[in-house]
Amino acid sequence: MDNVVEYLPLLLQGLRTTLLLAVSTVVVGLALGMLLAMAKLSDHGWLKRPAYALTNFLRGIPEFLVLLVIYFGGTQVLNSILPPGTIEVSPFVAGLIALALIFGSYASETFRAAFQSVPNGQIEAGRAYGFSAWKTFRYIQLPQIWRVAIPGLGNLWQGSVKDTALVSVVGLDDLMRKSGQAAQSTREPFTFYLVASLMFLLITLVSMWIIGRLEKRASRGMAGVR
Amino acid sequence: MQVFLDIVREYGFDFLEGTWLTVQLVVISAILGFLLAVPVALARLSDSRIVAATASGYSLFFRGTPLLVQIFLVYFGLGQFGFVRDSILWPLLREPFVCALITFVLNTAAYSGEIVRGGILAVPRGEVEAARACGMSTAKTYRLVILPRAFSICLPAYSNEVIILMKGTSLASTITLLELTGMARLAASATYQPIQVFVIAGLIYYLMTLIIARIFRVLEARYNRYITDAR
Repeated sequence: MDNVVEYLPLLLQGLRTTLLLAVSTVVVGLALGMLLAMAKLSDHGWLKRPAYALTNFLRGIPEFLVLLVIYFGGTQVLNSILPPGTIEVSPFVAGLIALALIFGSYASETFRAAFQSVPNGQIEAGRAYGFSAWKTFRYIQLPQIWRVAIPGLGNLWQGSVKDTALVSVVGLDDLMRKSGQAAQSTREPFTFYLVASLMFLLITLVSMWIIGRLEKRASRGMAGVR
Repeated sequence: MQVFLDIVREYGFDFLEGTWLTVQLVVISAILGFLLAVPVALARLSDSRIVAATASGYSLFFRGTPLLVQIFLVYFGLGQFGFVRDSILWPLLREPFVCALITFVLNTAAYSGEIVRGGILAVPRGEVEAARACGMSTAKTYRLVILPRAFSICLPAYSNEVIILMKGTSLASTITLLELTGMARLAASATYQPIQVFVIAGLIYYLMTLIIARIFRVLEARYNRYITDAR
């Protein structure tokens, strides 16, 4: 227990990195997911097919493998363009790209379903009132998409937080890696991995609460929803 | 393209060996995990508060924390305790394969337990009442009516869980197991061609995803035939 108190500042430092990576992942991943969903719903085959192929493939292979490709592959590509050693791929950036690609792939399916849940008549009504395409999207589609998509996106967020742990394997100084360091120097691996898991659990529980609040707020216009 | 062929020629056998270990991990964990999921689901639905709360806690822990932490807890963590090191099981618990299996089984059982619970709750009330009215005991109702029905309701969701499990087995490479990802990591550092090597591994994983989905489609057709045939 004394050891835990001693190493707590180190662990909290790692927790900050973990949260920073998770939040950045969601921001980039949401944008990517929206773009991919639009590509999937587009009338152009050259947009549609690659979007489906990419997201199906990314959803069918391990998250860890995606991370390894981006991290080691990124270095391989950079080394082939630039003289070796000029730039290195940072674990954070590689983790962000890999996790955002995964988040975006899953989110594109969530968004696609949500887009399709908005009746066409509403979009036509918007256009008939003289709304521009952007305004129709912003004021008619988006609020409804958001409501339908929140539960799915909430699950994806929970997954992303847990997936950040993988980035420790390629050297990110996150909660996982800091716990590993503490575990090694104190020879109390169980204690420190348990503390790490409890911190992850805490994030999960707080997220659950926030997602619940968001769901309620997004549904405030719906009849019969408390 | 030539690079891909060279890698396959040089490391093809390693990839096959790694794939075989991945398949073993997935199949054993899926079977044991499913067997454990049924009691977990029943415990979650139990009238006894203590039993239900214990099962909820177990489920929350394994679903709310990263799989990687769980693997490390089992593989690196258990040795912290003297009684574990002194027990006759220690030679087993020191093995990365056994540790990976234990973690995957506990993890997938937590997720599958939720799926089975959902399936049990989705069995129409009337069928349960009918079974009771026919004079079946609670145990018999479960065995002959509720569980078989819940099983067929669960199948589609369960196929997703098995795919997630398969993807999770890639983490076994972090505790020295040379399954597909582990073999790929070795080959990547030996050839300095990580992109090509990992893409090959990715294609094998993707193929396994498709095969798992196919197997479950066949199972669904078989176990839901009383619904489809009626139409």
